[in-house]
Amino acid sequence: MRVENAEVVDTFAEAFAMWGSRVIITAVSPVWAMAAARAMTGFATSVIGCKCEAGIERELPSAETPDGRPGVSVLLFSMSADSVGKRLLERVGQCVMTAPTTACFNGLTAEQEAAVGGKLRYFGDGYQIAKFLDGRRYWRIPVMDGEFVVEDRFGVKSSVGGGNLLILGPDLPVTLAAAEAAVAAMRQVPGVILPFPDGIVRSGSKPGSKYKGLPASTNDAYCPTLRAFAPSTEVIPEAGCVLEIVIDGLDLEGVREAMRVGIGAAAAHGALRITAGNYGGHLGQYQIGLHSLLAA
Amino acid sequence: MKLAFHHRPEVPIEAEVITPEKLAGLSEAEVSALPLQYGNERVPLGEFFRVSGRYEGEILVEGDLSRVKMIGSGMSAGRIVVDGDAGMHLGVGMSGGEIVVKGNAGDWVAPDLSGGRITIHGNAGHLVGSAYRGSAMGIRGGEILIHGNAGNEAGNAMRRGLIAIGGDCGDFGGVNMCAGTLIVLGRLGARCGASMKRGSIVSMQPAPLLPTFGYACRYEPLYLRLYLLHLKRLGMSVGEAHIEGPYRRYSGDAIETNRGEILLLDA
Repeated sequence: MRVENAEVVDTFAEAFAMWGSRVIITAVSPVWAMAAARAMTGFATSVIGCKCEAGIERELPSAETPDGRPGVSVLLFSMSADSVGKRLLERVGQCVMTAPTTACFNGLTAEQEAAVGGKLRYFGDGYQIAKFLDGRRYWRIPVMDGEFVVEDRFGVKSSVGGGNLLILGPDLPVTLAAAEAAVAAMRQVPGVILPFPDGIVRSGSKPGSKYKGLPASTNDAYCPTLRAFAPSTEVIPEAGCVLEIVIDGLDLEGVREAMRVGIGAAAAHGALRITAGNYGGHLGQYQIGLHSLLAA
Repeated sequence: MKLAFHHRPEVPIEAEVITPEKLAGLSEAEVSALPLQYGNERVPLGEFFRVSGRYEGEILVEGDLSRVKMIGSGMSAGRIVVDGDAGMHLGVGMSGGEIVVKGNAGDWVAPDLSGGRITIHGNAGHLVGSAYRGSAMGIRGGEILIHGNAGNEAGNAMRRGLIAIGGDCGDFGGVNMCAGTLIVLGRLGARCGASMKRGSIVSMQPAPLLPTFGYACRYEPLYLRLYLLHLKRLGMSVGEAHIEGPYRRYSGDAIETNRGEILLLDA
């Protein structure tokens, strides 16, 4: 199938069942809300090495936040609900509570919940104060600029991680532009994040390695420099660069929609071929066929 | 369901049957036969109220009910609208649902409240959300919103929940408070927070404080924004200056744990 000048391969992205949460960070200004959000989503590109995947969903105007201040919505995913709780505790504690003027609220109603403020409160060393308003419990933790307000519990729901697109282009500039266009389009879809730096990853991986103990290694089939002698290659002769976009979402529909608009945007900006990574359907719980996205 | 109060009693009536749990599923005749305590007599509800319709989530009570006590007693769900004044002990023991009074309410609004919301568009008497005499604990949850003024001892020994007063509050507001939040958009009376252990008392006006409250700082309490925005959404007269602050924070009562706070707007 062709979209613009790009060939869309008849294959599927293999995605995984994950657990996700939505964190609303507010602050006195959009700058400080974003500073905390960037810190919280740093070093959160892949569960393989970071224990979680996180990204900024969108900026929130004052009218959409619980305390009427500028905010940022962050999504965080991990492989279990328990792990999401642990990562939230670490990152809200180290990255949000530390940033001047911030507050942190749950942005997801879900059956499962993780205690975040309910544990962070101990930082208050007995001076913390609970407040219960309209069915939600908050903690006021005294800090040096006043108080850090954090919600007691955060919703955690079953989610989808590892949706992906592989974009092959003639060279680095064109491929990067195509990937950037795809990222810009995909970021308009609510409920999804692209956890890699500015949404794009160049070091796609395959499971396993020739070296013992390594869970993943470079995806040689998509490395242009190895095309001449790798055991198998997916790099077409016209291509000089491959970039990947990974998508995590709070539901499968969001991931599918992000991939659909991403294909269209990449194709419109010079991609030669668009494909997706999978493991033969043996590892992931979800198979997202590229052609099925375009047919929908 | 509509209950129209058709004549004023000589002595107060105790009408604890006017609550959704007791009226749900009953016919007009059955509701009319429910007993009211009238002085030392038991009289049928129909003697004072004209009943029409069946309960479908809301009870509308019309008339001057300032001598009708205990409306909404023990209610846990549903809605009661009092189109007029309400008598003492409104919503006693309430754990859920909503009561709206379009006029004034008497003393002892919502003793033993643990959930739900009571909104009074006029004034309320003394001891709003207060512990009964001899009890160590006042309200344990829920919300009481009074658009007008309230009398003395609002929030006496309250343990949790929110009391918001749109006008002024009498003396001893938040006396013996254990926790929870008392917000007064007008003025606090004398000796507010006396013997409070924890909890928050907020006012938008200067207040005479007891000497056992110590000044801490001038700041913008973030949590208060949540409360004030909540009250604004519910129709109370909260202004931008209230939300933005800053407030002067006082800690007390030093004769207790000193963990309570009084926040006074310092605009």
